[in-house]
Amino acid sequence: MINFTLNGEEKSFDGDPDTPLLWVIRDFEKLTGTKYGCGIAQCGACTVHLDGSTRRSCVTPISSVDGSEVTTIEGLAGAEAEAVQKAWVAIDVPQCGYCQSGQIMSAVALLQYTPKPTDEDIDGAMAGNICRCATYQRIRQAIHDASDMMEG
Amino acid sequence: MKHPRLSLAGGAAALAMLMLSAGGAWAQEGLKAPAEFDQITDPSARSVALFEEAGKVIQHPRCVNCHPAGDRPLQGMDMHPHQPPVFRGESNIGMPGMMCGTCHGAENVEIVGQAADLKSIPGHPLWHVAPIEMAWEGKTLGQICVQIKDPERNGGKTLDEIVVHMAEDSLVGWGWNPGAGREPVPGTQEVFGELIRRWVADGAVCPTG
Repeated sequence: MINFTLNGEEKSFDGDPDTPLLWVIRDFEKLTGTKYGCGIAQCGACTVHLDGSTRRSCVTPISSVDGSEVTTIEGLAGAEAEAVQKAWVAIDVPQCGYCQSGQIMSAVALLQYTPKPTDEDIDGAMAGNICRCATYQRIRQAIHDASDMMEG
Repeated sequence: MKHPRLSLAGGAAALAMLMLSAGGAWAQEGLKAPAEFDQITDPSARSVALFEEAGKVIQHPRCVNCHPAGDRPLQGMDMHPHQPPVFRGESNIGMPGMMCGTCHGAENVEIVGQAADLKSIPGHPLWHVAPIEMAWEGKTLGQICVQIKDPERNGGKTLDEIVVHMAEDSLVGWGWNPGAGREPVPGTQEVFGELIRRWVADGAVCPTG
């Protein structure tokens, strides 16, 4: 039996230990905000927070999650998350939106570690989150805006 | 009617594929045991020869890819820059928001998605990029040898500690267990460690150049 916390709630899983965390989140826990993009850790759509750091859930066997805290887009909270949400809405960052939960998970993690990120910091954190609509300029602007909101 | 040359080409391609798929077995046979150097009577010459043999491991892409000369690790036998783009960061474990651990777990993981050229994500509990002073990319084996002996560029290790590191460190050992779809470094860590031990015992002499 694998035990973990999902968005603050205690969960357990007794299926195949090789099951990807993404499968558990979407198919078993029915939280569909986290997306399947590539399945090979190349696109970032499946990003969650695992014990406070970003993690690609498509390449994370559930066995490796035992005893950990998992946060998905549905459970995201705190000053950084609120600032990112406001900034995203203010300039209409998403186009199709498929990648956006992953983008936001990475952006919030970045701001938690680096409250005033440079463009280089943003590139370092976000380069693994691909956006097929190429909203990169708005993503970068919204991260700067969220940072300013937190500062102000 | 099928052109005979095309058939030959097809046969050659099939043979090439077979050889590629057997790459692991090949590599296991690709590292000489230290005893094979006993015929060299001059200790300095033997030391150089032992290190040159160990260099088959040290200069293999499985090792050099994470000893880059720049801020990005490399991937593949062609040693292309890591995709997705990642950077070493201040602590050699990536940058906030995208650390090595964002994708690399404690163990190799076979992927669930479909990809022609990617079968697994490599993993180890201490997965990280070697510090910049330990960069091997673009250097000759002689330069790497001198570097490995220099405590300023080897993490403050003595030669005896280098032997232990090469022979026993489990991140070094990942090179022989790199996960599905990756060619391992030649031989075994035991043989590699013994080559390094004998190289040190014979004076830790470096190849020229």
